[in-house]
Amino acid sequence: MNSQWEAVIGLEIHTQLSTKSKIFSGAATAYGAEPNTQACAVDLGLPGVLPVLNKDAVRKAVTFGLAIDAKIAPHSVFARKNYFYPDLPKGYQISQFELPIVGNGHLDIDVDGVGKRIGITRAHLEEDAGKSLHEDFHGLTGIDLNRAGTPLLEIVSEPDMRSAKEAVAYMRKLHELVRYLEICDGNMQEGSFRCDANVSVRPKGQQEFGTRAEIKNINSFKFVEKAINHEIERQIEVIEAGGTVVQETRLYDANKDETRSMRSKEEANDYRYFPDPDLLPVEIEESLKDEIRATLPELPETKKQRFLEQYSLDLESAATLTSSRELADFYEQVVAESGGEAKLAGNWMTGDVLGALNKAGLEIGDCPVNAERLAGLLKRIADNTISGKIAKQVFDKLWNGTATADEIIEQEGLKQITDTGAIEAIVDKVIAANPVPVEQFLSGKDKALMALVGQVMKETQGKANPGEVNKMLIGKLRG
Amino acid sequence: MSLTASDVKKIAHLARLGIEDQQIESYANDLSSMLDLMTQMGQADTAGVAPMAHPLDQMQRLREDVVTETDQRDRFQSVAPQTEAGLYLVPKVID
Repeated sequence: MNSQWEAVIGLEIHTQLSTKSKIFSGAATAYGAEPNTQACAVDLGLPGVLPVLNKDAVRKAVTFGLAIDAKIAPHSVFARKNYFYPDLPKGYQISQFELPIVGNGHLDIDVDGVGKRIGITRAHLEEDAGKSLHEDFHGLTGIDLNRAGTPLLEIVSEPDMRSAKEAVAYMRKLHELVRYLEICDGNMQEGSFRCDANVSVRPKGQQEFGTRAEIKNINSFKFVEKAINHEIERQIEVIEAGGTVVQETRLYDANKDETRSMRSKEEANDYRYFPDPDLLPVEIEESLKDEIRATLPELPETKKQRFLEQYSLDLESAATLTSSRELADFYEQVVAESGGEAKLAGNWMTGDVLGALNKAGLEIGDCPVNAERLAGLLKRIADNTISGKIAKQVFDKLWNGTATADEIIEQEGLKQITDTGAIEAIVDKVIAANPVPVEQFLSGKDKALMALVGQVMKETQGKANPGEVNKMLIGKLRG
Repeated sequence: MSLTASDVKKIAHLARLGIEDQQIESYANDLSSMLDLMTQMGQADTAGVAPMAHPLDQMQRLREDVVTETDQRDRFQSVAPQTEAGLYLVPKVID
């Protein structure tokens, strides 16, 4: 970005709360059902129906509020947000306006090792709308109302971010948090976690904000960064060419990597909020907050600090291993089952295991090698039964089968050769057969030793301990 | 406070109400009177009175998170003007 300009970014993130039933009706929220089979009379807005608030949606909102250190409103109110669109059958969305359930809180992010606190203005409960399908219906639009009434928690940040990178870091942190709290499944493909970004630019040093544009529905971390960067550049170009930025809603087009104007906001924005007479104010008792506070899980940041201290991991490994609760739990189980091989487990998890999962497109919950079987492998590395190199072969077999590490080592005869005499014979053979590297080593080229170690490992099919071989070679050559 | 004809048209449009041109003046008068009443009410001293969000002095009761509704799509769609492949069909809308 041009260094005279500073970007100001705030995010509105819609998280679908993972309840079984809708926020105001007893219809199911399961994803992927046949169209309109999970849309009941309340969701359709048929005359005479009344909304009844889902207790679990309220609990999940309170859980989030406590986790970001926010004030939970003792008294909050639902309001009608009025607009007409066919996927909103009532002609209004039940949302919260003046008195949201979650007040001011914050989330700490880290960008390139620099920490920053991002303010969260508020989080409020509301119902999701249905889906419009614009193709293939003889010039008509198809409406599926299964999603209508799904509980959402809209989380609104302060305009505290100054770069697309910070915005992505905040979004990731929030994504991690709602999954830790188990209030949202975080599935971005299915739309469980959606982001709108408010972006403006101003000359560096200026206090007032510039005019902002809102970018709608950017549903991957990658696109958020690209869309925001693109919008920042666009606004700077407009201003430097002597124009002014218009307050409007823009849509990000991932194919063209550009944002385009969706509609001018003035008209669309006249929502005429008023308190919904169908719903009474929601009271949150201290006792409910205490009860939820007592069941809050260990949060990502706390867990990371604990991993650093308890397992002596490096910062990067600790951050990776605590990036989801499932991964952290898996790691801790491996450490426990392996008899405390924390470092080794950390290396294997962040390296081979995550690598293999990535390649196969799997999550830790679907890992073909469970914690117990992985621990079985680590134990054999730790007690020198097998070398690190052989361990990789064993891991492949664990991944593709059901046998334990011990069974594989036994069946395939992969045990390290501990018979010193046998290794000595091979070392002698290698020295005799490789006069050139031997000569090089003796004339001071330490690197030449590696070639000899490699030869011995090859002869033993990887079953010798490389450290031992090293020592033995040096002993013999310098002896 | 007195509303203009264009205010009335805008309000009618936002509520998707069709009103005849000859009705505009009487709507403007009625709505203006209502706003005057609001202004008068706004002058009452409400210091120390908590804002009221609902006339019933009760709190919202909550329901357990349980699926209680079964699929009644066929019944609901039997009164819909047009459906196809389980979808309700409406005139084309696109941003």
